[in-house]
Amino acid sequence: MSITKAEIIHLGKLSNISLNDQQLTNLNQDLENIISYISQLDELNTEGVEPTYQCFDMANVWREDEITEFEANREDLLALSADTANHQIKVPKVL
Amino acid sequence: MKVANKTTKAVDLVQAALSKIEEYKYYNIFISINADSALQQAAKIDQRIANGEKVGKLAGVPYALKDNFLSREGKTTAASRMLKDFAAPITATAVKKLEEEGAIMIGRTNLDAFAHGSSTENSYFGPTLNSQDQTRVAGGSSGGSAVAVALGIVPFALGSDTGGSIRQPASYNGVVGIKPTFGTVSRYGVVAMASSTDTIGCFANTATDTDLVMSILSGQDPKDPTSLSNFWQNKPKPDQSLRIGLISDFMAEGVDPEVKDCINHCVSKWQKNGHTVENISMPILKYGLAIYYIVQTAEVASNLSRYDGVRYGHRAQDITNLNELYGKSRDEGFMTENNRRIMIGNFVLSSGFFDAYYLKAQKARTLLINAYNDVFKKFDVLLCPVAPSPAFKIGENVNDPLAMYLEDAMSVPPSMAGLPAISIPAGTTKAGLTVGAQLIGARQSDRTLLNLASELAKEPN
Repeated sequence: MSITKAEIIHLGKLSNISLNDQQLTNLNQDLENIISYISQLDELNTEGVEPTYQCFDMANVWREDEITEFEANREDLLALSADTANHQIKVPKVL
Repeated sequence: MKVANKTTKAVDLVQAALSKIEEYKYYNIFISINADSALQQAAKIDQRIANGEKVGKLAGVPYALKDNFLSREGKTTAASRMLKDFAAPITATAVKKLEEEGAIMIGRTNLDAFAHGSSTENSYFGPTLNSQDQTRVAGGSSGGSAVAVALGIVPFALGSDTGGSIRQPASYNGVVGIKPTFGTVSRYGVVAMASSTDTIGCFANTATDTDLVMSILSGQDPKDPTSLSNFWQNKPKPDQSLRIGLISDFMAEGVDPEVKDCINHCVSKWQKNGHTVENISMPILKYGLAIYYIVQTAEVASNLSRYDGVRYGHRAQDITNLNELYGKSRDEGFMTENNRRIMIGNFVLSSGFFDAYYLKAQKARTLLINAYNDVFKKFDVLLCPVAPSPAFKIGENVNDPLAMYLEDAMSVPPSMAGLPAISIPAGTTKAGLTVGAQLIGARQSDRTLLNLASELAKEPN
């Protein structure tokens, strides 16, 4: 299966990764090879087969809606961000 | 394994491990070392023993932690630039459980960044060398943990296994590695890769040590709704004759003859012990890798979307707008293999391709699970190699991602079905490279696999 440059650029956008031309060319080739390989599933007849999204028949797991203690506090969490001010995380102007 | 008591001091156990870390520095096993804190913890345990207080089952035992487990102690890098300065605000449940039993985390081990890889070459911190041959890969993604146990630095180490990341490096380094039944161990506080197959397990020298560590790690955790109630306390099948199915599809052409010899050697040992071994063909296994590289990449694309450079992780500099911040932070923070998997994942999930790839793979996964269910009506345990060959040369597969993926062909099928699978030392090649045998069982038969494994080797004290 061939993948066009436009499709690779689109995938880069979907993935939110800024890629340069060289990276895009390399990925184009890699993805073509890998997608050709995974396309062998076409040989399998899956008509009428239900998909498996998780392999234990687990249903929703419920818990009481109670406040429990969490080992990290607000300062711990804010400290992880590269740029903060006044207990808030800073990002470039959006609007 | 040696546990601290009145005659064995925890400080000595930790000190011995620290000197070995220094001795084997060249192998690039550890990303960070926890020397001061480890020695302090050891001194406390020795004090408790001296006072006659109760200590845990793993009192003073040093262990190595794959660097994708979060802990408030030190940094959790996932071997990536993205998280190279990430000081986790929480501690993984698995780490807490070991701490409660007195085990001492001595350092964090190398892996393929975000556990994406089969060689530990995709690490931001460089590759880990194989314990038997320094020109070869450690295997991966839990390469550092496997080598740490193989070289005798620690008696056990934690790893994670999504499609073979414990079993394959265990095979390449001649140690026991277990990927338990999906849900056996809480994944709370472990960097997520592919949520429907991620499992936590360990490396050790013997099946008995593995059993002890897993008995501590197992159990339900309210913080991980996929965790199962503890089945490790249930007794394994008694020492009766087991029906072993040798998967003929993975003993065919393309598999290194020396690998086959090692497996056949195990077969004759088990037959001597009164078990029956019969060939079984499972044609669906041919598609296991394709199923895996669709489902896993889709889940990777989703799980890694959280790394946006905003709340935590690497943030690119000189940015003018928010989209640029996301895009550049991700490009700079991820390794090529991370990008590749995210891109494939978004391809198989994107509109127009979803039905043909993602949905198709999940249906094929049902067929795979059904095939296993059928086979387990006839057999108690399945046997095959862990990988088609012993450890390959460093750099050999770096520029051919598909060749790298093919290394996983034998280890991914049980992962897709949530089955327990272990890698046990099965012998060495003429060149001195270790080969692992893979035992696969029905869900929650983990201890039966370990029992069978323990028959192979006369266990050291």
